[in-house]
Parts: sequence; structure tokens; C-alpha cells
Amino acid sequence: MKNGDRRAYWLRIAAAGAFVLVLVAVVDVASRGSFLEPSNIVRVLRQITYNCILGVGQTFVIVTAGIDLSVGSLVALTGVVAALFANAVHLSGFALIAATLIVAVAVGCAAGFVNAVPVVKLNLPPFITTLAMLEMAVGAAFILSHGRPVALQSADFQNTGIGSFMGGVTTALHLPNIPVPVVWMIAVIVGASVLLTRTRFGRYVFAIGGNEEAARLAGINVARVKTAVYMISGACAGIVGFLYMALFSSGSPQTATGDELLESIAAVVVGGTSLMGGRGSVIGTFFGALLIGVLYNAMNLLNVDSYLQKVLLGAVILLAVVLDELRKRYLSR
Amino acid sequence: MRGVGKSFPGVRALSDVSLTLRAGEVLVLVGENGAGKSTLMKILAGAVQADEGEILIDGARVRIDSPQEAQRRGIGMIYQEFTLVPQLSPPANISLGHEPTKAGLIDSGAVEARAKQVLAELGAEVPFDVPVSRLSVGQQQLVEIAKALAMSARIIVMDEPSAALADREIEGLFAAVARLRAAGAGVIYISHRMEELSRIADRVMVMRDGRVVETRDARDFPVEEIIAAMVGRRLDAHFPPLPELRPDAPVRLDVSGLSRDDTVCDVSFSVRQGEIVGLAGLIGAGRTEIVRAVAGADVPERGEVRIDGEPVPAGRIGDAIAAGIAFITEDRKAQGLVLGMTVRENVTLAHLDEFVDRDLLVDLTRERAATQRMIGELQIKTPGTEQLVRNLSGGTQQKVVLAKWLLGNARVFLFDEPTRGIDVGAKTEIYKLMLELAARGAAIVMVSSELPEVLGMSHRILVVRNGRIAAEFSRAEASPDRIVAVATGAAA
Repeated sequence: MKNGDRRAYWLRIAAAGAFVLVLVAVVDVASRGSFLEPSNIVRVLRQITYNCILGVGQTFVIVTAGIDLSVGSLVALTGVVAALFANAVHLSGFALIAATLIVAVAVGCAAGFVNAVPVVKLNLPPFITTLAMLEMAVGAAFILSHGRPVALQSADFQNTGIGSFMGGVTTALHLPNIPVPVVWMIAVIVGASVLLTRTRFGRYVFAIGGNEEAARLAGINVARVKTAVYMISGACAGIVGFLYMALFSSGSPQTATGDELLESIAAVVVGGTSLMGGRGSVIGTFFGALLIGVLYNAMNLLNVDSYLQKVLLGAVILLAVVLDELRKRYLSR
Repeated sequence: MRGVGKSFPGVRALSDVSLTLRAGEVLVLVGENGAGKSTLMKILAGAVQADEGEILIDGARVRIDSPQEAQRRGIGMIYQEFTLVPQLSPPANISLGHEPTKAGLIDSGAVEARAKQVLAELGAEVPFDVPVSRLSVGQQQLVEIAKALAMSARIIVMDEPSAALADREIEGLFAAVARLRAAGAGVIYISHRMEELSRIADRVMVMRDGRVVETRDARDFPVEEIIAAMVGRRLDAHFPPLPELRPDAPVRLDVSGLSRDDTVCDVSFSVRQGEIVGLAGLIGAGRTEIVRAVAGADVPERGEVRIDGEPVPAGRIGDAIAAGIAFITEDRKAQGLVLGMTVRENVTLAHLDEFVDRDLLVDLTRERAATQRMIGELQIKTPGTEQLVRNLSGGTQQKVVLAKWLLGNARVFLFDEPTRGIDVGAKTEIYKLMLELAARGAAIVMVSSELPEVLGMSHRILVVRNGRIAAEFSRAEASPDRIVAVATGAAA
């Protein structure tokens, strides 16, 4: 047994894959084939983009055994600030898009920094500091926008929000159009995954979540790493705020202040990241978001009542974590 | 208790131990760390089950298979770590779990009355309207004793009750013990402090290596004989021979005037290249605190650490590591290892910057190669570099910790209880490794509670008591009796 835990990891992926496949097959038959149409698959990916990016940022925080409750409000705040900025500057084209993105990400990073300071300096629970940020950010978004969506004056963001990636190529190959936000999601997943699994920083994130004292005694600057994970989560919220702003051509203080926070945490947990810290992956979070997205999509195709959808989603989340726990107990015996 | 025996995996903790406690007497139980005192008391309190032997109370054989059963039988245990709920008031703590009720609600009048009564029995005065977290340690302990009394305990066990107390508070404790004795209770009092024995003991029982060595009336059991019985004569054949220190070896580690709170008081010592210095003393004497301050794990208030004459910036572990200090902690699971990570990830954790390519990605191939090299050098028994540390045995885990610190170019090694909880074979390997490090010129400080280890593996021995270095012995001068005498305060 050279590597029992990696085998367990792949076992989990395989089990999740089998589960999804069965679900897919059932739904596809029940929906008379519309579920597996390429255009529907792209639709699912497009729908999970925002939740997935938030979940990726959340993954870093949760691996250190923290939590970030502020991500939904930060989407609203960064979207409003980005829209105000885009309307105020005299830029256009790529320069405008890039500058606006940088502003949205910077606001998210700054909020993440504020989240982290009481956590690392006073050892306050992140549940409280990010809950406070949740309230402050959404309040600030309403103040800045006077309670109304801030409409974008420039049309330069249209491609970012609703355009297709290399549309000529996909059309020539008779493939469905790939929405630009999906490309963003893939870029974030790849970048975050490399950061978490291949860099010193990523290793330290796991070490702190696994045993903070051992990490400290190994000379790791725990405060700096913890601050960075909240800033990463804030940055991801900034990217989502920017993408929503581009999608709706406006920055609204009401964006993502509903179920988005809880669904991002659900994606992380269903994806196998432990709320106790020390264990998890970005790829897992993608699959978690995918499972939630597929479920919603399938229920829509099958005309499931929208209230019942909520009940079923909750049940599936519970089932996923219960199965994961049972699998762990089985393996550790 | 008659003929009690207990084994843990790999260790015989108790063999054929018998103990008699009479009503209205104080029996003081002494013995070195690991002699089996705590295990014996845990058996009495139902926290641990004996493998053999029996317990009789008032002549009747009883089975004590849980702490609840012990309480029902009138056995009250006062652990070193208190079992009070810090946010609750003293009366609430005293009645916890046995609250008198009236019509289904807690009868707070009765709760207070009961607290008043038992505290009066102890002759103790404690404020009632504050959470116990606001009380002094001594007052908290009196509340803990009162809690045992409130459950009508007739046998009261106290595990090193005076260890955390100031002198004035100890007087209060002694007064409470005297009242318990006068009221006909039997008290078992575990202590390391020789000076206390004459004050409170009716009888003294000495344990060593899981056996009772001697039990005598306190009046005709002089302190010197107690110490001799505690230490005994032991075989220490498994220590590799310690090479002579070169007379011209330069000072490598120099610690001067190190102070922190009242746990480290003006500590100064130096260690030469190739020298192993043992820190002996009782648990809680401040040995761990001293090495933590040297390692930068705690920030000292005063004092300086120098390596080869260069001052080490205080209080940042990263700086201490960069300066060449390796700190092998006492509790490897809580402080030394990330159990959910692999051998490789643990080994490289403190020196990961050496495995990074182009300042970006960790080079797994080089990491594996380095880890594989350490596995070979230290003969770490693991199926491979990717094994989770959680799945390894204690001795193997300790070697992973060592590998982590050997990977860098440390010049000073601070070992805190390096062989605790590991088997004899692994112990010998770790001793050999320490000698090898010393031969390469490292300065080594070893904290150990095992006297044979300190005596067998140190060029010099410093005895720590109350956060200070109370005595220094050369290898030739040191003897178990002399060290224990200083550590327990029987000699200055």
C-alpha cells in the first residue's frame, strides 16, 4: 500500500462520478434527451460559474479551518463600486475592462484584509468578523448606489458578460458557443488549483488547517498566510461582482445577497473539503458546484416545483456529506 | 486496593500494587514521573480499568468501572487540571450535575446552602457571585475540593494539588486537608515536594517503575531515605557511550538573563560545540518554558540568545530557524507534526523555500528525493514518502520530526522529552543520532523527565526549579539522589 490515501481520494472521485452519471442518465431519459444536449451542458456550466468562483475562494479559507460569510455581500459591493468606477473614468475597450476588473478585485481584497485582521491579531472567530463584513458591505453597496442598480454607460462589457469565447472556432467546429464567464471560471480553477497544490503558500494553507501550532513552530508566518486566504476569498468575490456587473450591464446592491453565500459553502463541503480544516481541493469544489448546478438544471427540466427544489437540494447536500463521512469511517476501520 | 496491575500497549504501568487507606489519615504518594502514581489513582477514580487486582471499601469488594460509579462509592478525585466550568459561579460548580430541584426548576437557595455548608467544612471563604474563572487558582482548588465533598466523598485523592499554588494559598490547602482528616475522611495526596511531607503526611508510600517500594509512617521516614527509595538503582545499559568533550570546544549557544513571566527567571547558560546539556527537574518546573523561549516560540521579556557569538533576534521562530535553532517539541502530535499530511510534506515543512523552482512552484521530485534520503538516514519505518504521518507509530513519528529539523543546517538542537512514549529500540536510535549531531559540532540541549536518560546522555546537567536553574552538575558529580534533592527542594 504505497499510497492508501490517494487511492481513497480517487475512490471518492469515482463514487461521486458514478453518482452523477446515474443521476444524469435518469434525468436524461426522463427529460427525453434534452438534458445531455451540448447546449444544456454549456448552460449548466454557465449557471455554476459564479457559485464555483465564490466556492474556490471559500475553499482556501475553509482549508485553514476558517469561514467567510461575507462573500455574497462583497459581490454586491464590488459590483456597485466597479460600475461607479467604469462610469466615472474616461477609458474604453480593453483598458476599461482591465481597470474595472482590477478595481473590483482590489475592493474584494481590501475587504478580505479587514476580515482577517481581527482573526489573526486578536484571535477572534472568523464567523463573527466576516458576519460583520457581510452587513457592512451590503450596507455600503446600498449607500453608494442609493439603493438602485448602477447602470453601465459603456457597452464595452457586453462580451465579458454574455459573449462567447472564440465564437468563430466553435461555430466552425459545430460546437456550442462557450460563454466568456465559463472561461473565467476555468482560469480561476486552474490558477487556484496550482496555487493550492503546487506552491509553498498552498502547502502552508494545509499545514495551518491541519495543525496551526506545528505550522507556527516550523517557522511559517501564520498571520500572513491567514490574511492572504481571506484576501483571496475577497478577490474571488470581486471577480464574481465584476462578472455579474458585466452580465447585467449594471452593478446592483441586491446581487448575490440571497442563497449565494450558503451555496458557495455547500459547493466546498459537498466537494470534500473539511470544515475542520487541513483537507480539501479546488477541483472538489468545482465538482460540488457542478453537482448543485446539475441538480437545479435537472429539476427544472423535469418541472419540479420550485419550492420543492429547495427541499431536494438541501436533502442532497445532507446526503452527500453523510455518505462522505460513512465512507471515511469505512476506510479508517 | 490489593494486587493491582495494569498494562498499556508496550508498557507495564503497574504490577502488584497494594494500598491501604485508613479513615482520618493522609497518605502521601511519592515517586518520579512515570512511576505509576497517576495510573493507580485513575484506577481508583474509575477513569481507567485495572487488568488485575481488587478494590475494597469498608471491607467490601467493589467494582469501579466508571467515574460515576467512583463518585457513588464516595471517591472524590481532584485532578491537576480542574474540572470546573469557568463561566459558572462557585455554588453552581459545586452542585453541577446534582442540582437540587424544586418543581423541576433548580432550587438556587438549596444550591447556595449546600455550597456554604461544604465550604465551611473546609474552613474556606470564596465569593459566591462571580464566575470561578475570576477566582485565584487556590480558591478554584478549594471549590474543586468542595465539589468532591458535596458528593459526600469519604476518600479524596489530590494529584499534586500544591503544584500551581502560591505559598499563602498552600496554607489554605493544608488547613482544608487537616479538616478533612479531622472529619474522618481518608486523603491520598500525590506530591513532588519533599518539604510538604512533614507538614501533612501521616504515612508516605513510595512508588517506582509501577511498584510500591516502601510504605512507612511519615515520622520515621527521613527525606533522604524517601529520595533513595524513589530513585533506586537502575540499569541503563542501553545508552551508547558518551564521547569526551574536546577541552577547547568553543561556545556555540549562549543564553543570558532570559526571563518571561514567572515561568522563566533570569536563566543563563551556555553550550559548547559537541556538548549535550541535560535539563532536569519536575514537570512544571519551567524546563519546557526555557527551551521555548530560546527557540523563539515564546517571546522573552528580557535576555539574549547568541549562536556562535551572533545574537538571535528575539521572539520570531522564523529568525531562530534561520539562525540555526531546531526545536524538537515535547508533544509531537500537538506541536511537531501535521498528522493529516504526508511524511514528505512534514519533513520539508520548515525548509520548503529550498524546494521551490523559479520562486514559484514546489519541486515535488526534489522534495521526494530529499525525503527519501532522510528516510534512509534515519531508518524511518514508512512504506514511502507519501504515507500520512497519522498512520505511523510513535517512534517513527518522532523520527519524522527529527528528519524535519535535520534537513536544514541547524547548529543548535533543543530536544524536549525526545523519547517520551516510544519503544526502547527507537530510543536507542535517537540517542545515537544525538551523539552523531554532537560529533558534527552541534550544541544540544535535552529536556528529560527520565533521570537515567539525563544521566546517561548529558555532559552537564542543569536542574531547573521554579523557572530558575537551581544547580549545575558535571557528569562526574551528578547522581540521581543529588538531582532529585535539588528538583524537589529538599536541598538547595
